[in-house]
Amino acid sequence: MNFPDNLKYTTEHEWIRVEGKFGWIGITDYAQSELGDVVFVEIPAAGAKIEKDKSFGTIEAVKAVSDLYAPVTGEIVEVNAEVKDHPEIVNKDPYGNGWMVKITMSNPTEANALLDVQAYKTLIGQ
Amino acid sequence: MSKHTPFYGIHKSLGAKIVEFAGYEMPIQYTGIIDEHTAVRKSVGVFDVSHMGEFFVRGKDALEFLQKTTINNAAKLKPYEIQYSAMCYEDGGLIDDLLVYRLENEFMLVVNASNLQKDFDWLQSHKFGDVEIENASDRTAMLAVQGPKSLETIQQLTPEDLSKIKYYNFRQNAFAEMQMIISRTGYTGEPGFELYFNADEAQAKKIWDSIFEAGKKFDIMPVGLGARDTLRLEMGYCLYGNDIDKSTQPLEAGLGWITKLDKNDFIGKNAITAAKKEGLKRKLVGFVLQDKALARHGYEILYDKKVIGKVTSGTYAPSLQKGIGMGYVETEYSNTGTEIFISIRDREFPASIVPLPFYKKS
Repeated sequence: MNFPDNLKYTTEHEWIRVEGKFGWIGITDYAQSELGDVVFVEIPAAGAKIEKDKSFGTIEAVKAVSDLYAPVTGEIVEVNAEVKDHPEIVNKDPYGNGWMVKITMSNPTEANALLDVQAYKTLIGQ
Repeated sequence: MSKHTPFYGIHKSLGAKIVEFAGYEMPIQYTGIIDEHTAVRKSVGVFDVSHMGEFFVRGKDALEFLQKTTINNAAKLKPYEIQYSAMCYEDGGLIDDLLVYRLENEFMLVVNASNLQKDFDWLQSHKFGDVEIENASDRTAMLAVQGPKSLETIQQLTPEDLSKIKYYNFRQNAFAEMQMIISRTGYTGEPGFELYFNADEAQAKKIWDSIFEAGKKFDIMPVGLGARDTLRLEMGYCLYGNDIDKSTQPLEAGLGWITKLDKNDFIGKNAITAAKKEGLKRKLVGFVLQDKALARHGYEILYDKKVIGKVTSGTYAPSLQKGIGMGYVETEYSNTGTEIFISIRDREFPASIVPLPFYKKS
C-alpha cells in the first residue's frame, strides 16, 4: 500500500494535500482497500461549508458505507465530478484522480495538527 | 477458534480478504467484488463453499422422515435428482432452506453453514423409525464452478458427459482423478456446477489447480462471498438470516412453489395453511432504487411517509449498475410498479417494486 509523505492524514482515513489556503481531500489507500469497490460517492456541491471532524459526505461500496470526515474546517470550492461519474477511480488512484473535493481552509495552520505519514502508518499497523 | 476449509491456504496465498462467516474464516473477495461478479456473469468463476453443511439421511424410513421434516415433496425425487426445499417449525417459521439430493440408497441434505448445528439437532429430535442421520460436513469439501464457460472448463477433467446432466440433477463420477458428486446447481443464476468431495487438503489443492488450469483460457477467477451475495441477490434468491428466518413463513417469502400443501402432513403445514386461508399480510418483494443510493439490511421501506416494511437484503447490482434490494412490505403495497421510498441515513430515496429476478440474461 502506498502513503505519500507530502500529505496529512486523519484517524478516519482521509488525506489532505495543502497548497497555500487550498486543500485537496480524499481517502487513503488503506480506506479504499478496506471498503472494496466504491460505487457511489455523495458529496455536497461547491459552496458547502465543512467542519473539522464532522461528516460531510458518504462513500458507498458494494459491501459497506462509510462517512467522509472533514480533516479541517473550510468551504468546498470544487467537487471532483470524475468520482461521481466513475467512482472506481477512488479504488484505482486514491491520491490522484480519486480526490474528492478542493476546499479553501478557514485556518491553514489547522492541518499541521493532523497525522503525518509515519503516524498514520503506525495507526494502521503498517 | 475459527475453522478453516481445505482451501484456506490457497485463499491466503492468493491474497484474499478473509472474514469470519458461520465459524469459518472465508474469503470475502480476492481482487474485487465487481470483477469477480462480472467473471461469473461473462465467463467462469470458482467459489469455495466448503463451509456449507452436508447431512446424509439413511434407513428404511428416510423418505417418510424427509416428507415429515421438509416442505417440498421429496417423494417426487428419482435417484440423481435434486430438490430445493425448506424446513419449518410447527408455527410455519423457517428453520432453513436446503437442497435434498436423492442418491441410490440414501439422501444428502445441503444446509446453510450458519444453521448447521441447529438443523442437525432439530432433525435428530424429530427422528422416528429406521432413520440414521450423519453430519458429514467436516469431511466434505465443496466448490461451485459457475458461469457460461463452466461446462467447457470442467468437462476437461471428467469422463462424465456434463452436457447430459440436467439442471438440478447430479452424477457420481471421477473428477480430476477423484470420485465426487457433480451437481448441476448453483446460487448465481448462471449455468454451473457444484462439486462435493472428501475434505482432504492435498486432494483439494489438486482439484483447485486442475480447475484453474482448465479455465485459464477463459480467464477463470476465484470468487469470494461478496460476489456470491451480489450474484444471488440479482437473481432474487433468498438468503437465510436476511430474507428468511424463523419469523418468516415460506408463502410470504415467495417460496410457495416449494411448499406442497397437498402432500401428507409435514411440520408447519397447519400454520402455513391457516396463514394462506387468512390471506398473506406481507410479501417479500424486490425493488430498484432510482437514484445513486444503496439500501442495506434493516433500512425502513416507506409509502406516503408511512413505514410499510424493512429491507432484508440490499446491495449494488453490478449487472444493472443500480442499487437493488428485497424486503417484506404489507401486501397492499406489494404490486409490481408500486413507487416506494427507502429511508437511507434519514433521507427518503425513491424506489420501484419490480418482478424478480432483477437480472435477466440478454
